[in-house]
Amino acid sequence: MKKTLFDKIWDAHVVESIPYGPDILYIDKHLIHEVTSPQAFNELKERDISVFRPDQIVATADHNTPTENQHLPVKDLLSRKQLKELTQNCEENNITLYGLGHPYNGIVHVMAPELGITQPGMTMVCGDSHTSTHGAFGTIAFGIGTSQVSQVFASQCVLVQKPKKLRVNVNGKPKKGVLPKDVILYIISKLGTNSGTGYFCEYAGNVFEEMSMEGRMTVCNMSIEMGARGGLIAPDETTFEYVKGKEFAPKGEEFESAKAYWETLKTDEDAEFDQEYSFDAEDIEPMITYGTNPGMGIKITGAIPMEGGKSDAKALAYMGFKPGESLLEKPINWIFIGSCTNSRIEDFRQAAAYIKGKQKAKNVNALIVPGSRQVAAQIEAEGLREVFENAGFTLRQPGCSACLAMNDDKIPTGEYCVSTSNRNFEGRQGQGSRTILASPLTAAATAVSGKLTDFTKHLN
Amino acid sequence: MEKFITLTDTAVPLEIENVDTDQIIPARFLKATDKAGFGENLFRDWRFDNNDEPHPEFVLNKPEYKGSILVAGDNFGCGSSREHAAWAIKAYGFKVVVSSYFADIFKGNALNNGLLPVQVSPKFLEQLFVEITKDTSIEIKVDLEAQKISIPKKNISESFEIDPYKKTCMLNGFDDIDFLVSKLDAIKEYEQKRSQNLQATTPL
Repeated sequence: MKKTLFDKIWDAHVVESIPYGPDILYIDKHLIHEVTSPQAFNELKERDISVFRPDQIVATADHNTPTENQHLPVKDLLSRKQLKELTQNCEENNITLYGLGHPYNGIVHVMAPELGITQPGMTMVCGDSHTSTHGAFGTIAFGIGTSQVSQVFASQCVLVQKPKKLRVNVNGKPKKGVLPKDVILYIISKLGTNSGTGYFCEYAGNVFEEMSMEGRMTVCNMSIEMGARGGLIAPDETTFEYVKGKEFAPKGEEFESAKAYWETLKTDEDAEFDQEYSFDAEDIEPMITYGTNPGMGIKITGAIPMEGGKSDAKALAYMGFKPGESLLEKPINWIFIGSCTNSRIEDFRQAAAYIKGKQKAKNVNALIVPGSRQVAAQIEAEGLREVFENAGFTLRQPGCSACLAMNDDKIPTGEYCVSTSNRNFEGRQGQGSRTILASPLTAAATAVSGKLTDFTKHLN
Repeated sequence: MEKFITLTDTAVPLEIENVDTDQIIPARFLKATDKAGFGENLFRDWRFDNNDEPHPEFVLNKPEYKGSILVAGDNFGCGSSREHAAWAIKAYGFKVVVSSYFADIFKGNALNNGLLPVQVSPKFLEQLFVEITKDTSIEIKVDLEAQKISIPKKNISESFEIDPYKKTCMLNGFDDIDFLVSKLDAIKEYEQKRSQNLQATTPL
């Protein structure tokens, strides 16, 4: 039978299928962080169960960490306690932890790929919905709840119904200034926030084939924003080159034999999908969102639709926008470049290339938060720090930061923030904050002009 | 886990679509390391303003609406995987959430906590909203064994789907950890059989 990429990986990891029920799916790598793991460790303790495969778990601290003075004790008492529990739980259970200050510390979906922990053909889970990011490597990766975190601790498996299969094809030549973030925001704006529910999505077509690994991660990261449990892209030379030489990637002969297997990981011709959509790259322009879910997106030069969904009026009232309104020239006081969607070195290079020699507008607070210590070191090494600082941007230490505002990095009530993160939900970046999702280039251009600008006019 | 067999109660109508888990429980409340206390912060920013004063127009603050069934708009529970959302809904006192669509991760989290997600047709959902707002004391019956939701007084009902394995778990109060631990021998056997290329990454 013809198989999709997804089938090949899934089927290789099924320990047992329960008749009329879920599969017992074996998990190669389990990533954990401080926010969704403590209750799972407690569950194990209460039942007197030990962690089954601690070597296959990697922990980091990212969601609830400050982005300033990371060498000092964390000020917020609850955050400090949560971080301390993570350290204790990892020590007690022999789990590798890249805690605050460790050279490998970073956002879980940034640090695992850059260390070579993420590899093609694997199954990966994490108590975080953006685990879909790792699908960029041709990996089945998806977010789980805390009960499932404890199940993986106990058995290295999850019980899960095999999702249906969806393929999204984008072919053609993208316009200048269109970044991977625009591609995925465009797809979600066309398909809606629940179009992917019940599915795993494969992205195919020359647009994804020509993307860097960073770009593919941005795309797969936001699969969950259309409801898909995960997204994946067939591994190719770009993938192998990225993985090669990474700290925990196989080396020498082992790498070659792994690569030979990875090369088989592609959808067979004529394999069937339950649902398929195709888009032309030429139709995609730099995108922004105008509402309170990531499906409410328009091109930056477009207007808010006159007619929307049932709850759109509530969303527009929250955002302070009107149907039919164009958002160009809208004054913006905050920009955030960061999050597991767009905090990799390529994102900062793109932003810096635009910013270089320019100044941020006086009204703007511009926050740059690298995804990991390694990205931060690279920013330093490539001289990007000077570019950002000379332009008046604030460069912080790594973490999830203003994407979900668990720490002090919050956007004030009523203020607009052009953000490279993944969610524009009400209050996501702080109580009453109003988020406009966009690419790093759009965020950089907004910071410079102080308002939403059609920067494509200025590109050669 | 608490068993769920059948429930007849009044309902609270939350007529909003795409309710995300950030609304159900905002991220700033995720600093806890146990499962206690999430109920009081359920829908925190819809229930209260920045000075902790209740928003009188929000449905949970309307005294006429009570009961352990939450009836919500399409695509309920989208966004973050935080299980704290299911804990908060359960701790507040809801036992059933009805919607025309649930996000995958939320649905799984609810089932793992004895909170029953009941997916109905958009038409039936509309009927529920109409009947509940017309008569706030109207009772809704959810029968898991028969997989049926009804408004007995109006003689209308609809069947709902549930994974048979999950149904057995809910009816008996079983949870997945015990089941998976009982399968450890099969899991070890699987590990041994794996081809070399499918090995987990090199040891850390």
